[in-house]
Amino acid sequence: MRFMLIQNYGGVEGDCAPMYEWTPEEVAAHIQFQQTLNTQLEELGELIDAQGLAGPDEARFVVSDGATPLVTDGPFPESKELLAGYRIVEVDTPERAVEIAGLISAAPGQGGAPIRQRIEVRQVMSAPDPEV
Amino acid sequence: MKVPPSNVPDRVEGLLRELAPRALGVVVRRFGHFDDAEDAVQEALVAAASSWPVDGIPDHPLGWLIHVAARRMTDLYRSDEARRRREDLAASWSSDQPDPASGHDDTLTLFFMCCHPSLPVASAVALALRALGGLTTREIAAAFLVPEATTAQRISRAKRTIVESGEPFALPAEGARVARLAPVLRVVYLVFNEGYATSHGPELERADLAAEAIRLGRLLYELLPDDGEVMGLLALMLLTEARRPARTTDAGALVPLREQDRTRWDRALVAEGMTLATSALDQGPMGEYAAQAAIAALHDGAPSHEETDWRRIMLLYTVLEQRTDSPVVRLNRAVAVAMVDGPEPALALVNELAASGALAGSHRVHAVRAHLLEMHGDLEAAKSEYVAAAAGSANTRERDYLTMKAAALDVARVGPPSRDR
Repeated sequence: MRFMLIQNYGGVEGDCAPMYEWTPEEVAAHIQFQQTLNTQLEELGELIDAQGLAGPDEARFVVSDGATPLVTDGPFPESKELLAGYRIVEVDTPERAVEIAGLISAAPGQGGAPIRQRIEVRQVMSAPDPEV
Repeated sequence: MKVPPSNVPDRVEGLLRELAPRALGVVVRRFGHFDDAEDAVQEALVAAASSWPVDGIPDHPLGWLIHVAARRMTDLYRSDEARRRREDLAASWSSDQPDPASGHDDTLTLFFMCCHPSLPVASAVALALRALGGLTTREIAAAFLVPEATTAQRISRAKRTIVESGEPFALPAEGARVARLAPVLRVVYLVFNEGYATSHGPELERADLAAEAIRLGRLLYELLPDDGEVMGLLALMLLTEARRPARTTDAGALVPLREQDRTRWDRALVAEGMTLATSALDQGPMGEYAAQAAIAALHDGAPSHEETDWRRIMLLYTVLEQRTDSPVVRLNRAVAVAMVDGPEPALALVNELAASGALAGSHRVHAVRAHLLEMHGDLEAAKSEYVAAAAGSANTRERDYLTMKAAALDVARVGPPSRDR
């Protein structure tokens, strides 16, 4: 079964400053952590996809009545709700997806302390089985 | 005489896929080192796929593949003496005397190896498709919409696990045969399910996994022609595959069995599946796949949903339930009970099942209850069960179907919505 493990810009429960206020070493450690995790998941045969999205200031909202699309540019006051990135993993059980989400959530921040980011775990729709 | 190149690529591909497990069996037997041998045979297959269409198929294609793979193995171990010594120590698979008659057993041994019970099922699936099906890592990755690197890791980890298990390259002892056959059947059936569903991605890019599973099922049946479960599995796949043309609308929406246009079923597959399903029942105590095949055969042989032999299906589900103690089987039995004795006893069965908590949180309980309530005429309750089932479904086409059922019930209850409301 596949799960999407979603990270938003907000939802960091660890008491930590924005990343640009960290030391370069802390930023490097954080990035290294993400890369190592991806490599590990790949070696376990679990990683399907991992993507980060461009910043929310670059986002645009589009609403259309079918004729004239209305495009809204950022910045958005609610940008913390926006998607920052995701991983898609293929695992044997939902428990394993939660376990991986736990690893992602505990990514190192300032002083190496886990940032405790909130990770949304959502199952990706799959195929109906033949007995239906 | 070489076959002239004009006859080419399709024949080459078919031949290579057929020879792949036989070549691997010989190379493993000669050199040990299942993991490297499997890589070497893959390389030989790739070399053949590019040279045979140009140069023609060699007189002894199997010998050609074995020769190329063997040379690769020799190179590998000559170029890395230290590694060879290390691996020789670790390798418990001795190079037994080559026995020309052992090809049959070797292929069967490969089935047991690739579907080793210690492997995660996704890895066993990938390895079986490569070692037994002769597919490349890239083809397997594309078929399952998994990155190639992840698929390659699954295969190499699986091979490492098998080698580290220290199991000799030989058939499992007679007493362990039944237990070891179970994961083999499961792997083949999983490949089939994935192919039958083709849920995501552009279908054109996917190798036809259902056809692949049936091919593996046929190979296994050739190797074990007297096993009722092997027969049952192949029959079940053929009888299910036969319905594929009727299972989706042209727009891709799901059509459940009871609404399918039976004239669109593939009669040749039905006939073959029925024969096998019948033989499977003659092989002594009925196993799970044989029972499922028997149920599928009753469906495929029936002129309509109503005229199906629901009484026998109900009995088969009762047997299957005793054998497996599976709540999903009990749920399916409830559907058969409804067709035989009406929706009330079936609803009682489902409610009892739900109360036991065995399928807590499963949308299937809601879906079956919705169907039974609809049969019973309690449309309002049916609708809310359809809504609950749709909310819990983890696949798009099924959710669409359930949502459609819920929406349709609104119409049945209050009449078509007025436009000027």
